[in-house]
Amino acid sequence: MPSELNKLTIAEAAARLRKRDISARELTRDCLDRIAAIDRKLNAFITVCDTDALAQADAADKRLASGDAPALCGIPLGIKDIYATAGVRTTCASRILENFVPPFDATVIERLRADGAVFVGKTNMDEFAMGSSTENSAFGPTLNPHDLSRVAGGSSGGSAAAVAAHECLGALGTDTGGSIREPASFCGVVGIKPTYSRVSRYGVVAYASSLDQVGPFAKSVRDAAIILRTLAGVDPRDSTCSARAVPDYAAALTGDAKGLRIGVPREYFVEGMQPEVEQSIRAALKNFQSLGASLVDISLPHTGYAIAAYYLVATAEASANLARYDGIRYGLRVGADDHIALYQSTRAKGFGAEVKRRIMLGTFALSAGYYDAYYLKGQKVRTLIRNDFERAFEKCDLIVTPVAPTTAFKLGEKTADPLTMYLSDIFTISVNLAGLPGMSIPVGYDANNLPIGMQLIGPPFSEETILRAGDAWERAGALKPRQPAI
Amino acid sequence: MNRDAYEAVIGLEVHTHLLTKSKLFCGCSTTFGAGPNENVCPVCMGMPGVLPVLNRRAVELAIRMGLAAHCEITAYSIFDRKSYFYPDLPKGYQISQYETPICKGGYIDLPASGNGEARRIHLTRIHIEEDAGKNIHAENSSLVDFNRSGVPLVEIVSEPDLRSADEAGAYLRQLRAILRYVEASDGKMEEGSFRCDCNVSVRKRGATEYGVKTEIKNLNSFRFVEDAIEYEIGRQIELIESGGKVPQETHLWDPARKETRPMRSKEYANDYRYFPEPDLPPLVVTPAMVENVRATMPELPAARRDRYVKELGLTDYEAGVLIADREVADYFEATLPGLKNRKSAANWVMTEVLRVVHDSGKPIGEAVPPPAEVGMLLHMIEEQKVSLNAAKTAFPAMVKSGKGAAAVIAELGLAQVSDEGAIAAAIDKVLAAEPDKLAEYRAGRDKLYGFFVGAVMKAMGGKANPKMINDLLRAKLAG
Amino acid sequence: MAESKITLEQVRHVALLARLELTPAEEERMRADMAEMLDYVDKLAELDTANVAPTAQVGEAGTPMRDDERTNPPAAEAMLANAPSRDRNYFKVPKIIE
Repeated sequence: MPSELNKLTIAEAAARLRKRDISARELTRDCLDRIAAIDRKLNAFITVCDTDALAQADAADKRLASGDAPALCGIPLGIKDIYATAGVRTTCASRILENFVPPFDATVIERLRADGAVFVGKTNMDEFAMGSSTENSAFGPTLNPHDLSRVAGGSSGGSAAAVAAHECLGALGTDTGGSIREPASFCGVVGIKPTYSRVSRYGVVAYASSLDQVGPFAKSVRDAAIILRTLAGVDPRDSTCSARAVPDYAAALTGDAKGLRIGVPREYFVEGMQPEVEQSIRAALKNFQSLGASLVDISLPHTGYAIAAYYLVATAEASANLARYDGIRYGLRVGADDHIALYQSTRAKGFGAEVKRRIMLGTFALSAGYYDAYYLKGQKVRTLIRNDFERAFEKCDLIVTPVAPTTAFKLGEKTADPLTMYLSDIFTISVNLAGLPGMSIPVGYDANNLPIGMQLIGPPFSEETILRAGDAWERAGALKPRQPAI
Repeated sequence: MNRDAYEAVIGLEVHTHLLTKSKLFCGCSTTFGAGPNENVCPVCMGMPGVLPVLNRRAVELAIRMGLAAHCEITAYSIFDRKSYFYPDLPKGYQISQYETPICKGGYIDLPASGNGEARRIHLTRIHIEEDAGKNIHAENSSLVDFNRSGVPLVEIVSEPDLRSADEAGAYLRQLRAILRYVEASDGKMEEGSFRCDCNVSVRKRGATEYGVKTEIKNLNSFRFVEDAIEYEIGRQIELIESGGKVPQETHLWDPARKETRPMRSKEYANDYRYFPEPDLPPLVVTPAMVENVRATMPELPAARRDRYVKELGLTDYEAGVLIADREVADYFEATLPGLKNRKSAANWVMTEVLRVVHDSGKPIGEAVPPPAEVGMLLHMIEEQKVSLNAAKTAFPAMVKSGKGAAAVIAELGLAQVSDEGAIAAAIDKVLAAEPDKLAEYRAGRDKLYGFFVGAVMKAMGGKANPKMINDLLRAKLAG
Repeated sequence: MAESKITLEQVRHVALLARLELTPAEEERMRADMAEMLDYVDKLAELDTANVAPTAQVGEAGTPMRDDERTNPPAAEAMLANAPSRDRNYFKVPKIIE
């Protein structure tokens, strides 16, 4: 009989592990069984680590038995396949890294290991985190557990789907323009993109270095807070990582939203939005009012320019970040007579269409004669977008918006036209440009039973505020979570 | 060809390794000569996900160099990515500094020399960057070693102030001396830690516009730089004189054929797409940091030269020879304790010591005995325990045997005789043997004095105290 | 629609800079996609940014600096383990012509 331990939240599982009511091995076994049962359909994992996971679970059980058990000890997690994991291949969902086995761990992987977390596998994603649907994976798309004809969102679609489908209790994603928040919204789980610099990026395969940020997926705000605490904090190997002390995020979850001033940006409720999304967010805002929060009308006037600025800045950085994939030191090599042809054929074969498109756009934006008009212009508009938020936060403590204009779309619906795909990130991208923390929490369902996500945005390093607000909303019980169809 | 109608305009870009223990952005060793790909890690191999962390020492050494060259130190400088593909460049970009080098302006003074008067060569900038690995060309393939990848470099860019190959050579020697003085670099060209690119153009004398320049890449000896510039000046003048135009090109120097040739590959016809390195926040250099570097800065060659002239009484020329190389100057100073005559010590180092160093081709520390032993030898001369000539005989023996001055003098029986009785007896003997010459001398043929000194010294086996010979001989000759 | 923002010739040049080999069909598709994006980003021209400083990073200035210490032991084998082609402890590539 399936024990369904995999449906527990991290907080619940941790309590039962501590009581020795359940073992880490049983919990891990349940997750691995679930993966074995459904992942052929879902395709949330690129690599499943059965043996390693069970060994980690056994080690965790020993620690639990000895009473030395940090918060995540024995908790099965999914790891986006963008994190370097020593001895376990890290593909970034690309042919070019299909057989790459890093000799080192990313800093956050090291921290999770130290905490006794269990890694059930490496999750699927858009190649090099470039995409909003996980359709750009060299290993095939991840499907949405709520409707297998729809996308899971992206780029961290595998992690979002895995958590939603109870293949693991939590997961790691990365967010460069919405890559945690959008799939969290599409799959009906919680996802946090912390303040830029809050979490180390060491060992996280870079897409756009000034925008990339590490963050967790979880089934509840509390669980996300527990994971985030382990991830966050200064790292001597990441020069951009903040030295600020890390608060106990879970301790900030008082359930109290009284007195919070919630900014509602008029630019985020636009025509063309799926009406059910707007209705859900409006209803969620009402819930906040009944919890004692107040709503403030704000304006973020440069919102409409964010996608354009993002696609110049992100692709420019990406064009340099992806130059290292040359077939010389690691990764795919396609043979050739001279080294220039070697690069060209290796990269032609190794990268997918979307990655090539972004490398091309970024190379062009930085090239002689175009730098000022494109790359530099993007950086300047980035300043305007940051300023918008700074001004807005003079009037409010946090900002609430939809995560995406629609719920999960159909597979193939947006692949023909890249720009259409890019536009699905319209509500999340500004947050990355400004380096702010943002969180997606499920607040409703549309007529097709597809989850709708609400985005909470705060000033830099205000993770405690948005977590507290999200947790208060969640606890108020306005949403009756529906289990995914799969 | 009328070469004199033209003037060369030369600017140099020198790349030199900074003397750090570890690389610019990771904790790998910078030691030269390790086995292939031994001094590498995920960071300097450009593995996915790695990030750079700046080496403080490299920044301090770059500031040192900037202070030594009178540069302005930039308070807020940004690192940039310089993108190009080459097998020895692991990330596909080099972390460098583009718009905000850590040091701006400044100059290097070239002292007057036999070939010309003193000149001031202005610098454009000094910036920090990482080195690439090394491609080794084998029969049918190339092999890549990343040990050098990420070793810290400064690039020192001069204004186009140089006017001849000789001047370029003098500038490089001076620059290298300064780098070694401030212990920023070992300046070892043979290990690739000091490399030079030259920008050379020519123009009609009196013209104010610059001609089209040729860039000559990666010259790794002073001789190559001088030869390549000399060749390039001639080539460009010939080209212009024959009605041609100098195309803007990058050339390589072929030392075997003694000519430059355009690079065949199009690698360098590139667009480097510089943009700010997002993985490194801007480098903030506080005034306190600059002052700290200044306070711990070793003495510069110009200051040492002044000190030698003013405090030790050396001539400009002597001081110039000694300070040219930091190790030689240090050696010289280490011979001084206990010596009265600094000038003779200077002469000894400039002649005896440098001759051996030069002939051996080894660094001074390995070529000659420790400076204290040379000091001891010089001290024995001052104390008249050994004659200057005997000391000159003793020194090569010291070099050869590795034994100390006192031991060699004793072994070879070179100690000077200051026994008044023995010298007087020898003089008496010489005078008795040469009655005719004695008579001539006394009749006024003063020139014979030298003959008597020589004869006495010979009789004493060359070991007699010459001053004593003088005193006694004069007395006896006077009758 | 205005004249295309990018020519096939430029696409080929950028592809060479980026070391991406494109088939003729890919070149054409790339030109169309890039032209669409460049048209789209043109909306930034509406904004007067003459007096706006660019934002390259959103973290704090003052890069941390590490002490000059050797912390990495030699690990040639681990670093060469992923090499697609090697010769002893070197990475092997086609002959480079300078």
